[in-house]
Amino acid sequence: MKNIKYIAIIALGLIACEPELDNSVEDAGFYSAGTADFSTFVSVGNSLTAGYADGTVYLEGQKYSYPNILADRFSHVGGGTFTQPLVSDNIGGLILSGNPIPGFDTRLVLTGDPLAPANLDEIPTTEVSNILTGPFNNMSAPGAKSFHLLSDAYGNISGVETGTANPYFVRMASSSSATMLGDAVAQNPTFFSLWIGNNDILSFATSGGVGVDQLGNTNPLTHGPNDITDPTLFHGTYDAILSGLTTNGAKGVVMNLPSVTSIPFFTYVDHNPVPLDAATAGFLNSANAYGAYNAGIQGAFAYLVSVSAITQADADLEIIKRTIIFSESANNALVIMDESLTDLTGINSDLVSMRQATPADLILLTTGPVIGTLAIEGDPTSVIGVSLPLNDSQVLTESEVTMITNAQTAYNNSISMLAAANEDVILVDVKAAMEQLSNGGLSSNGVTITGVYATGGGFSLDGVHPTARGYAFISNIILKRINEEFNATIPETNTGNYPTAYID
Amino acid sequence: MKKLLSFVLFFLAGSTLYAGGYRVSIQGQRQLAMGHTGVAVISSAESVFFNPASISFLDGKMNFSLGVSGIIGETRYENKTYGIAENTNNPLGTPFNVYATYKANDWLSFGLGIYTPYGSSVEWEKDWAGSHLVNNIELKAIFVQPTIALKISDKLSIGGGAIYANGSVNFNKNLSRSLVDIDGNRTNVTIEEKGITAWGYTIGVMIKPIEKLNIGFNYRSKVDMVVEGGEADFENVPSSLPNDLSDGTFNATLPMPAEITVGLSYEFCEKFLFAFDYNFAKWSEYEALTVEFSNDIGISTNPRNYKDSETFRFGLQYKACDKITLRTGIYFDESPVQDGYFAPETPRNDSVGYTGGLSYKVNDKLSIDASFLYLHFEEIDNSYDHYQEGGQNVPFEGTYKSSVIAPGIGISYKL
Repeated sequence: MKNIKYIAIIALGLIACEPELDNSVEDAGFYSAGTADFSTFVSVGNSLTAGYADGTVYLEGQKYSYPNILADRFSHVGGGTFTQPLVSDNIGGLILSGNPIPGFDTRLVLTGDPLAPANLDEIPTTEVSNILTGPFNNMSAPGAKSFHLLSDAYGNISGVETGTANPYFVRMASSSSATMLGDAVAQNPTFFSLWIGNNDILSFATSGGVGVDQLGNTNPLTHGPNDITDPTLFHGTYDAILSGLTTNGAKGVVMNLPSVTSIPFFTYVDHNPVPLDAATAGFLNSANAYGAYNAGIQGAFAYLVSVSAITQADADLEIIKRTIIFSESANNALVIMDESLTDLTGINSDLVSMRQATPADLILLTTGPVIGTLAIEGDPTSVIGVSLPLNDSQVLTESEVTMITNAQTAYNNSISMLAAANEDVILVDVKAAMEQLSNGGLSSNGVTITGVYATGGGFSLDGVHPTARGYAFISNIILKRINEEFNATIPETNTGNYPTAYID
Repeated sequence: MKKLLSFVLFFLAGSTLYAGGYRVSIQGQRQLAMGHTGVAVISSAESVFFNPASISFLDGKMNFSLGVSGIIGETRYENKTYGIAENTNNPLGTPFNVYATYKANDWLSFGLGIYTPYGSSVEWEKDWAGSHLVNNIELKAIFVQPTIALKISDKLSIGGGAIYANGSVNFNKNLSRSLVDIDGNRTNVTIEEKGITAWGYTIGVMIKPIEKLNIGFNYRSKVDMVVEGGEADFENVPSSLPNDLSDGTFNATLPMPAEITVGLSYEFCEKFLFAFDYNFAKWSEYEALTVEFSNDIGISTNPRNYKDSETFRFGLQYKACDKITLRTGIYFDESPVQDGYFAPETPRNDSVGYTGGLSYKVNDKLSIDASFLYLHFEEIDNSYDHYQEGGQNVPFEGTYKSSVIAPGIGISYKL
C-alpha cells in the first residue's frame, strides 16, 4: 500500500509539470540592458515618432510607432509601460468641436481596381478638444519642428486655427501652456529617443518650396510654416532639447535627418513623363508655342549682355537651360516655373521664368496625378506640365533642393556634434539607412523593403512616412546601436511580421 | 518485493503515449500500461487492435474492454532572436476504445473494435509568432474494425479485419505573416470537414512456438483521409485585394500510414509477463500537406517530407495477488519529422514514453483497468524551412519542448 502512495505522489508531480526550457527567454538576466536603464523610456519627436503613416495618425499606425516597437523590446530588459496618446479610430484625421480640421484628412489606403491610393471615405472621430490625461511616454506631435518643442503656445487649443498650436500636442499637453520638452522632462526619463528636425526642412520641401530659406534669421517667431529653419537657430534649439532630456543623467539615442532625395514623395514622379507624337511635339516647338519663347529669350539675353547686365558666358548657359524643345518620344521633360532664373518679364512680359525640368528637379508625388490634365476645361493650351508650366508649389527646383540639402547638412552636423559631446547620447545614422532603402533596399527576416512608392514596402502611401514594416526596420537599426554602445543584448523585432501598405 | 517496487517506480518515473506525427497510441488501458506493447500479448479484448489473430486464444466465450484516457499536452516555443515565448493551450484529448470478442467455436472467433488511433489537437494563441503556419488544428478519426480470427492449431492463429474510418479536420492559419485588413485584423483561413470516410484493413498472425512464449505480427494498412469539397472559410480579407480570396471549398488528402508491428511476450517466474513490440510506421507517405482551394489561392503545397519511423516498446506485467495486477512499460518513439520540417502544427520530436497501471479484479468477470502515460520530450532547436513568401523560403525557427501526460481508466469484462 505504501507503494501506491509513492505512485500517487509521482503522478501528481508529473501533472504539475509544464514544459520549461533550461534557458528561457523569460528568465531574469537572459537579455541584458547593459549600462542603460529602460525603466522610464520617453520618446520625443514629430510624425516619425508618433507612428504617423498614410498621411495621418491612426490606431494601427500608433501601435507600430518606432518607440512603441522599441518599448516592447525594452520590456525584455526591465522596460516599463509605454503610454501613447491614442487616437479614437483607424480612420485618421482630426475634428475640432465636431468639425473636421482642414489639412487633417483621413488615412490613405489602396482601393479600387486597379488598386490606387485614396483617402478613406469616412468621418474622423478623434476630437482634439477631448484632452487626454497623461503623462505620455510618446511625446511626439506630427508637424513639430525643432523649436516647437520649446514653445509654450504649442499646446494651447485656441491656437489650433491660427497655426500657433499643434492639435496633436493639444490633445496630450499637461496644460495649455505646457511645452513638449517640459512634458517629456517632467517624466524623469531614464532613457530617451529624440528624432527632431525633419520638418525644419520637410515642410518647405513638401510645399514645393513656397516658403523662405530663413538662413541667418534666428528668431523662431518670424519663421513661417513652410520656411527652412535657420541652422544656427536649429543648433541652439537642439542643444537645449538635449540638455533638458539628459538633465537627470538619462541615456538616449538621437536620429539624424534623411535626405529628401531618399523619399518617394520627391522621387516617384519622373521629371520627363510626357509622351508626345511628332505632330504635337512639332506644334509645341513652333513659333505658335514655345518657339516664340525660345526666340524671345535669345533676344532678351542679347540685350542684357549688350548692357553688361550679364556675361556672355552666363547668358549662353541660361539660354541653353531655358530653351524648351519637345520631340517625338515617351520621355519629354516637364516645363516648370523656376524663380531662380533671371527675371526677363521686365523686358517682355511673356518671358516668364520657366524651363524644362532636369533630373535635379524633384516633382512632388501630389503633382503626378495632374500632369497632362487640362488646367482650364476645353483649353488645349492649358495642359499642365506641357503647355502650362508646373508652378512653384508643384515642384522642388534644383536650387530649392540645394537650400534643403545645405540646411540638412548643417542640422546633421549639429546633431552629430551635440551627440558626440555627451557620452550618454548615441547617434543613429537613419540618413544612411534611408539611402540604402532607396538604393537596393533593406532586407531581414525574409523580407526586403525598398523606397519604391506604394509597392516597395518601406514607405506608406503618403510617400514620406515609413510603413509599419519600415518603422520596424528603423527600430532594429536603433536597437543594434543601443546594443553596441550600451553593451546591451536586447532582442530585435521580426520585420517580416509587420504590415506594409493597407488594402481597403 | 521491495526490489520489484523500485523497479516499478523506476519505470514510472520515466514516461508516455504519443507515437510521432498525429498518431496517438492509446488503444487500450492494459496494453498502454505496458508501454503500449501487445502484438504478442493475450490478455483481453484489446487484442482486437493489437493483433486480431490473438483473440483466438482469449479465455472465455466473450470478452469486452472499454477505456478512455485524457491527454493533457502542452508545447513551449521560444525564439531567442526575437524574445518570443509561447505556450500551446491544447484542449483535452480523449482517445477511447471499445472492444468485443466472441468465440463462435474452437477455431473461429469474431471481434469488433472502435478506437481513435489518429488525432491532433494543437492550439496556439491566435496570431502568435507562427500563426502563418498554424493557429490551431484539430484532427479526429474514429476507426471501426470488424474482425475475424481463425485458430489453425494450438500454436498458430491468423486474424484480420476491415477498417472503416470516419474523421474530421479543422485547421486555421493566417494567410501570411503580415496580410491584414485596414483595421489590422490578420487575414486567415479555416478549413473544415466532418464525416470524412475511408477504408483500410488489418491482419495479424500469432504463433506460440513453446509454452510461455508468444510471437505476434500485425500489419495495418494505410488509410487515406481524402477530403473533397470541404469548407474553406476566409476571414478579414481586404475587399479590394485583386486576388479572389472568397470563401469556397478545398480538397486535401491526409495519409494515416501503414504500420507493421512484430513482437513477443514471455511469461516467467509464474507471475511475470514481459512483452516487446517493434513498430515500423511508413510515415514517408506524408510528403506534403497539399490543399487545393477553389479560389485564387489554388494549390497550396506545404512540404512535410516525413520519414519512416520506428518505435521500440517494452512492457512488464506482475500479478501481485489474485486481485491486483501491476503493469509498467517504456517506449522509445522516433519522430517522423525531419530537421527543417519541424512545423508547430505537429511539434513532435523523439520521445520516451513511461507507462504504468494496474488492474483490479472486482470478480471473476469484471476488472477495472487504469493506466498512466508520461511522454518525455527533450528540448529541441529546430525549424520549419519551407514556408514561402514571394518565392523565398522563410524559416520559422525556435526551441520547442513538449510534455504530455495521459491518465486513463477502463474496464474489462469476461463471460
